[in-house]
Amino acid sequence: MNDASPPLMKPPLPRILADRPEKMAARGVNIHYGDKHAIKDLSITIPDRAVSAFIGPSGCGKSTFLRALNRMNDTIPSCRMTGAITLDGRNINDPDVDPVQLRSHVGMVFQKPNPFPKSIFENVAYGPRIHGLCASKAELEQRVEESLKKAGLFGEVKDRLHQPGTGLSGGQQQRLCIARAIAVNPEVILMDEPCSALDPIATARIEELIDELRQNFCIVIVTHSMQQAARVSQLTAFFHLGTLVEFGDTDKIFTAPTDQRTQDYITGRYG
Amino acid sequence: MSSLNAQNPTLRRRRAAEARFRRYGAAALALTSLFLAFLIIDIVGKGWPAFVEHRVELPVTLDSRKLAEKNYDGLIKDAIFARFPEAQSRGQRKAVLALFSHSAEQALAAQLAEAPAAAGQTVKAEVLLSDTADLHLKGLSHLADPAAIDALTARLPVTAHFSWRFFSHGDSREAEEAGIRGALIGSLLTVAVALGLGLIFGVAAAIYLEEFAPKNRLTDIIEVNINNLAAVPSIIFGLLGLAVFLNAFGLPRSSPLVGGLVLSLLVLPTIIIAARAALKAVPPSIKEAALGVGASEHQAVFHHVLPLALPGILTGAILGMARAFGETAPLLMIGMVAFIADVPGSISDAATVLPVQIYLWSDLPELAFRSKTAAAIMVLIAVLFAANALAIYLRNRFERRW
Amino acid sequence: MVLLVCSAVAVATTLGILASVLFESFVFFREVPLLSFLFGTQWAPTGSPAAFGILPLLAGTILITVIALITATPLGLFSAIYLSEYATPTLRKSLKPVLELLAGIPTVVLGFFAALTVAPFIRQVGTGLGLDVASESALAAGLVMGMMIVPLISSLSDDIINAVPQSLRDGSLAMGATPSETVKRVVLPAALPGIASAIMLAISRAIGETMIVVMAAGLAANLSFNPLAAVSTITVQIATLLVGDQEFDSDKTLSAFALGLVLFFFTLALNIAALRLVRKYRQHYE
Ligand SMILES: Nc1ncnc2c1ncn2[C@@H]1O[C@H](COP(=O)(O)OP(=O)(O)OP(=O)(O)O)[C@@H](O)[C@H]1O
Ligand SMILES: [Mg+2]
Repeated sequence: MNDASPPLMKPPLPRILADRPEKMAARGVNIHYGDKHAIKDLSITIPDRAVSAFIGPSGCGKSTFLRALNRMNDTIPSCRMTGAITLDGRNINDPDVDPVQLRSHVGMVFQKPNPFPKSIFENVAYGPRIHGLCASKAELEQRVEESLKKAGLFGEVKDRLHQPGTGLSGGQQQRLCIARAIAVNPEVILMDEPCSALDPIATARIEELIDELRQNFCIVIVTHSMQQAARVSQLTAFFHLGTLVEFGDTDKIFTAPTDQRTQDYITGRYG
Repeated sequence: MSSLNAQNPTLRRRRAAEARFRRYGAAALALTSLFLAFLIIDIVGKGWPAFVEHRVELPVTLDSRKLAEKNYDGLIKDAIFARFPEAQSRGQRKAVLALFSHSAEQALAAQLAEAPAAAGQTVKAEVLLSDTADLHLKGLSHLADPAAIDALTARLPVTAHFSWRFFSHGDSREAEEAGIRGALIGSLLTVAVALGLGLIFGVAAAIYLEEFAPKNRLTDIIEVNINNLAAVPSIIFGLLGLAVFLNAFGLPRSSPLVGGLVLSLLVLPTIIIAARAALKAVPPSIKEAALGVGASEHQAVFHHVLPLALPGILTGAILGMARAFGETAPLLMIGMVAFIADVPGSISDAATVLPVQIYLWSDLPELAFRSKTAAAIMVLIAVLFAANALAIYLRNRFERRW
Repeated sequence: MVLLVCSAVAVATTLGILASVLFESFVFFREVPLLSFLFGTQWAPTGSPAAFGILPLLAGTILITVIALITATPLGLFSAIYLSEYATPTLRKSLKPVLELLAGIPTVVLGFFAALTVAPFIRQVGTGLGLDVASESALAAGLVMGMMIVPLISSLSDDIINAVPQSLRDGSLAMGATPSETVKRVVLPAALPGIASAIMLAISRAIGETMIVVMAAGLAANLSFNPLAAVSTITVQIATLLVGDQEFDSDKTLSAFALGLVLFFFTLALNIAALRLVRKYRQHYE
């Protein structure tokens, strides 16, 4: 019996992964909501200090997979996951990994800005406070200021730090949420359609911000806008019906996709 | 490099706080459930003896003179003393007589009226034991003379029966004879009046507010008013009943009519709110369709919308009824709190209701009344439970999703 | 038109209450000066000379209400939090009827339980500890009244907590907060106005509750804040003054209406304030 098994065809690794270390990785991930099979045998490697974009038609499982990366799916009772997801090589679903701690390493920004009904200062101070990251009030104030600066919001709100965060404009609120997320010094920031509720000017501000943040963070962004993916990301993954169809360098995906479905999607044939 | 280790002291502290918080929540629910369970067990434990009564079969020899004089009391006493020949002193005789209920003479009279017997014959009379003897036999008290009890059980066949009397008799000064029939009928009449009036006015108001009312100051006032009325303490409604229905209108005191009037006002907000919710749940397309085929506004509402809202309204009515059935305080104020042995025949007779009967009995010193009180509570809760179960059934049965 | 008249019945009821209570109170205050009613420290309507100072009754009402709230607020609030944030749907489904059942128990039943089971128990325990406990202690009435209010607070709070948008919870959890930190730092602060209004409605319920206190708190109008002493409340006095035959010209009867006026005023004020608060809160999250 020497029936030659077909040679394992490995897709060529994206260029971007060659010059950046791997941050997160998924191997053979399946996710079910009750009977619904939402993610099918998905494997992917996400590089550090770069922006990875997830694109694909609605309902294909982008959000589901994104939420698996910081175990937010744990909060949905019907949701079950198998397979392995790692952060710096460590399986995040290990029994001795606490999701609470994981989420301080892997932050998240949502589609709709969701500042807490507290002051701007308290919104940003929320994470450092619960994780006990700052010993003194001065240190806390410093960290809040830094985070707001990194999020490009400090100049606009420095005179009203103690007014409610819900009083800001939509774009400002979303940057506040980004400031809130980076205040705990995460390594990865997940963003689920962070600009879909914003106008073009606010969107441009956030895109700029994402581009700056990639110097220090590993960023994963879900987007429906192919232009946005093309503008901000270095690596793009195309999802379709719960599977990862294709992933690679953004310029290559958008200029020379290998899969017909990707081709159809980016040329607007469906989705 | 990330440090995803769980062995961090801050995290351990936070996890402990989390577990503690969760335990507080579980403890609150457990405590509340436990309270309810304990309440029910306590009531049932106190109340079940009232559903059992002890009787003896006493052979009564019909002395001709006493029979002619209709001196049934004397006949019973003779029969009793014939069985206790050793009781000679006044004290001993009293102790023996205290074992038997005073109702024995009426029971004998009734028995003889039904099946006449000639003088000289011996008939078997079913004689109810007194409350003290009954409690002694149930092991609940030792107020009766133990020697007399021993003699009694040795000489006469004592049997335990389910106490139908509890449901077929009105109130009585004698604990062993007291029943809840009067109170139940009183409750029935009162709730019927309350529900009848409450439904008429409540549903009419709901239809007006939901379907016809223009948005103006007047309807606004009505609306705010209904919400506030729902939270007015029930005892205030009693003051209203006293001042207006009794004093100003001169309606009969203690009557189910006045009780029902007061309770109808009390349940009005409940019914209005439930009926409005039911009407609101009927999609506007139904009304529009009816209007579209040429029905008038009135026809559309009364022929098409109202029937569809009926199950919801009914559920609200049952819940209002349950509320009225358990209400006590306002009825105290309009005189439904007197001792009334007769079963009321109409809504203008003096009557009492089950919750008030419970209140009255709970104040009495006799131990037997304590178990009667608990037993009456069991009946009250059983009725409320049935009403709520019916409401839930109706809601599930007719709940429609458009 | 007929329908409009029917709707007006509710308004007429309120007016009727107001008119009857105000009118009799007016007659009462011609006999007894308003100031001695409001600031008198003695309540003895049948004594000679009769005294009509409401302060001991207010003290008793407040004492029992406070005991009830101390019991009911943590129980009700924690129940609501557990049901909405932790319980599985099946547990929630089986525990809600328990609370509904408790809410449906008539107060005369709770009064019986308070007077015949809880009060003797407290007295026994207290005597065991060397305390002087009245047989009709404020504590017994207050505790049972608290249990009566638990379902009210928990169901109102449950609604209010559920109205807090899920996105806020997600935001907090995604920051690495534990569920309890999320509840304490995000959900409860956001729900605070609603919970405050629930507690106000609970206070109004406790002040107006009659049967539990009539049966378990007693008649002695002591000016005392000792939970182990017997106190009397406004509702107890209204009920006992008006039981039996009333002549409408005696101060004793009329004083009940004056007490009714006070009670009506307090509960109405609490209620209006609570409804305002809750409406504002709802608009905030609509
Ligand atoms: N909580 C849930 N329970 C059950 N099924 C769910 C749940 N959330 C998502 N799904 C299902 O899982 C599939 C993937 O959903 P997901 O939200 O991940 O899609 P998506 O790619 O983010 O879509 P979109 O672009 O519209 O946000 C969908 O078919 C959806 O119906
Ligand atoms: Mg999505």
